[in-house]
Amino acid sequence: MYVELKNINKKFGDYEAAKNISFGIEQGKLAALLGPSGSGKTTILRILAGLEQQDGGDVMIEGRVVNDVPASERGIGFVFQNYALFRYMTVYDNIAFGLKVQKMEKQKIRERVQEMVSLIGLEGLEKRYPNQLSGGQRQRVAFARAIAPNPQLLLLDEPFAAIDAKVRKELRRWLKEMIEKVGITSIFVTHDQEEAVEVADDILIINEGKLEQIGSPIDIYKNPKTPFVAQFIGTSVILDSLLGFKGYEDIPNGKKVIVRPEFVEAFKSDNQKFAKMMNAVEEGVIETIVFRGSYLELTLRVKGVRLTTHRSLERRHVEIGEKMCVLLYRVYLFDENGAQIRKNELLKGIDVEAL
Amino acid sequence: MYLRGKVSAKDWGDMYLQENHDIFVEKWGDFMKKNSQKIVKWILIGISVLFFLLMLVLPLLEVIVRALADGLQSYQAALTAENTLSALKVTLIATVIAVAVNTVFGLVASWLVTKFDFRGKNVLSALIDIPFSISPVIAGLAYIMTFGRSGWAKPVIDGINEALGTDIALVFSVPAVVLATIFVTFPFISREIIPVLYTQGREEEEAAAMMGASGFTIFRKITFPHIRWGLLYGMILCAARAFGEFGAVYAVSKARGKTFTLPLEIDALYMAGSADSITQAFAVSSLLVGMALIMLILKNIVEYRGKRNDR
Amino acid sequence: MKRAQIKKRKSIIPGFGLSMGITVAMLSLLILIPLASVLAYSFRLSGAEFAELMMRPNVVQAFVTSIGCALAAAVLNCIFGTILAWVLVRYEFPGKRLMDGMIELPFALPTAVAGITLTKMYSDTGAIGRAFEKLGIEIAYTRTGIIIAMVFIGIPFVVRAIQPVLEKLPATYEEAAGMLGASRLTIFWKVIFPEIRPALLTGFGLALARGIGEYGSVIYISGNSEKNGTQVVSYVIMQKLNSGNVDYEGAAAIALVLLILSFVMLFAINFIQHIASRRTNV
Repeated sequence: MYVELKNINKKFGDYEAAKNISFGIEQGKLAALLGPSGSGKTTILRILAGLEQQDGGDVMIEGRVVNDVPASERGIGFVFQNYALFRYMTVYDNIAFGLKVQKMEKQKIRERVQEMVSLIGLEGLEKRYPNQLSGGQRQRVAFARAIAPNPQLLLLDEPFAAIDAKVRKELRRWLKEMIEKVGITSIFVTHDQEEAVEVADDILIINEGKLEQIGSPIDIYKNPKTPFVAQFIGTSVILDSLLGFKGYEDIPNGKKVIVRPEFVEAFKSDNQKFAKMMNAVEEGVIETIVFRGSYLELTLRVKGVRLTTHRSLERRHVEIGEKMCVLLYRVYLFDENGAQIRKNELLKGIDVEAL
Repeated sequence: MYLRGKVSAKDWGDMYLQENHDIFVEKWGDFMKKNSQKIVKWILIGISVLFFLLMLVLPLLEVIVRALADGLQSYQAALTAENTLSALKVTLIATVIAVAVNTVFGLVASWLVTKFDFRGKNVLSALIDIPFSISPVIAGLAYIMTFGRSGWAKPVIDGINEALGTDIALVFSVPAVVLATIFVTFPFISREIIPVLYTQGREEEEAAAMMGASGFTIFRKITFPHIRWGLLYGMILCAARAFGEFGAVYAVSKARGKTFTLPLEIDALYMAGSADSITQAFAVSSLLVGMALIMLILKNIVEYRGKRNDR
Repeated sequence: MKRAQIKKRKSIIPGFGLSMGITVAMLSLLILIPLASVLAYSFRLSGAEFAELMMRPNVVQAFVTSIGCALAAAVLNCIFGTILAWVLVRYEFPGKRLMDGMIELPFALPTAVAGITLTKMYSDTGAIGRAFEKLGIEIAYTRTGIIIAMVFIGIPFVVRAIQPVLEKLPATYEEAAGMLGASRLTIFWKVIFPEIRPALLTGFGLALARGIGEYGSVIYISGNSEKNGTQVVSYVIMQKLNSGNVDYEGAAAIALVLLILSFVMLFAINFIQHIASRRTNV
């Protein structure tokens, strides 16, 4: 492992920002620390950077314990949430700052800054001050400033939070490309799952100072290990029970149920595609239909509970109040001990994924 | 007929005199309703201008008029009197030192309070502001009781003097005047800088520190550009208060012509009571009025430039 | 041991120890130690002596005068200060820039100059004093005079506290209330006043504190007569330093009570502030 945290603990007064956090990131990977606000993800990043000191545990970079190494000597580039560009310095001076501090030769500084400026595509704006740049341009400068001194590890604290939604998507792609181009191991903090899923190779889910799960985006989505992850990733409906649902009669009491939209299928009763499965069908009534741009989101009332499903625009027209056949392929069951997938008993032997 | 166009004061008068009274009342009510906003506006402006003239402008004119009451020649004589010149010198010394000391303190203390978290920070901030809420007379008193004849620190000072072969007294002397001036102006500069640094946050400094910059470099290159206007502003306020301080200095300065500042000289002239000396007091006052106005103008320039330079 | 080492380094920004050292050293040497001397001196009096001193008619009266006049002046300053700040922020009129620039004159003008000038203006030989004398009102050498001097030195505190708040308060705010049919007075009390109240309290506190401790601008216009009750506390303290029989212990004791009173008042204002802000934040 290139970067490793071992049993990190941190308290602010009574508030536990990090509870026994351990994980490792491989060289060259782009990892996301994902969690709701106040979950402690930024604290973990700052401990890794040396901006905060852990109460206990070890931080290792390249196999070396760096607990007592000051932040400036850990070989880390850091992009702050609001970029923290030096407001009274030009773009050029911002990028050159780290190099000047290292007492690099003037000529070399100039070359390196030029290289950075063309990398981020801001040629001609070197003389501008941060307040003369757009949000996206500022982020590019912050990125260039962080990597100019050639750090071994790049940390980014909510890199897209300060940018408006439209530019954000474009910048995400840009940043991912840049990081791949430079080939630097990177960790960023975000509260936006879409962002994490789209950009990161690995996602670390943090909640209340605990590391809930680590894995690839797909892995985390498909196999959530804890109730928190199951609810946090994807949009889901949480139910107290599935009382009376066909195929789920044997669910033990005390387990809660998470239903994702893709676990639910709603179709008209004359749809022959689902003929084999009619024994597992429940009746549902459409309560709301919301157009989500590329699909419809239907809310159905089934056996007294509300379920949500997505419907392709290519399929037949449906209306509010229409009776539909509803299939529940699978659900997540969870209690305080963990989460597990539970398939519909009646659909065993049918290859649902092939549909 | 009254509904058309603007209604002039004369129209109102005519209406009041000629027409029946009810119509007047009705129209007046309409007028008030329509124009109440304007009326309130001009009443408030009127109050403000009156207050401004009576409380702020008139006293300035009064000083000038009284200073010149005996003609230019005696005005000049009052300003060039030996006591006045000595007082001017002491005033300037005290002001320059107080501004310098408080600048150092203000920069260091505001850096400490805004860039670091530590236990007792609120208490420290409150302690720094103490001189604001204390009578200047108490400031003078405090120095007398520390360094005065029966003050507990007197032996310490005597010891130092003996060791260095010097003869510095910290009460009833120019150093005492300087100390008292420092006391009353102590928080002026830190108080201007602290809010600026609070809004600026710490991230720029953290970013610079992460890149390995030294404390001095960070301060000079990152922090200082943010506070230069605030600092200048604080220095101006500090200077204005320093050369005008009276109560604190009065307590620790007794020798006219030696340790008196301009305000003390004015007091001495005024209390002498004769018409001549009172005119002289106002003549010396006009000097301080001039200095005060210069400070006000500088303050406004700095404020304006500071706003424009906000990044 | 390792843990202790970790605890020490709290911030990545360098210079904590140095700036802490300088700040605490300067604060102690210049402010705290001298003030502690006042405390130490006042304890040289026995309890009975202390009580006797505080109960003396002239001392009691001085406190009544200082606090009473400072309160009156602070209230007046709140009224005029609010009007001035409002006019400066919301209206355009010729001379506004000048007025805005001159509000801080009382900060910049030496108190002794303000003191003798106000005295001459309001005494029976001055322009305003004469006018009021015809109405049978004496200003100089009465408590009214003291209040006027305190209004003079206190006004910038209130104006400068409220002005930034009003500037940030958008005009649409009042318009919205006006659209809902609120009268102008209702708009002021229900919409604007709650917004400026914290700033007004701050300004009130500063003006009050300044008034209670004021010396230079007050002592001339007050006349310092025990009989008329126009001696302020600062004057009584100064008297004990000047008169033939110097009484440091007495001066320190009175100063201590003055200090405590100032702090109690500031604390009370902060407390009100705290309560009020909690109520509006919920």
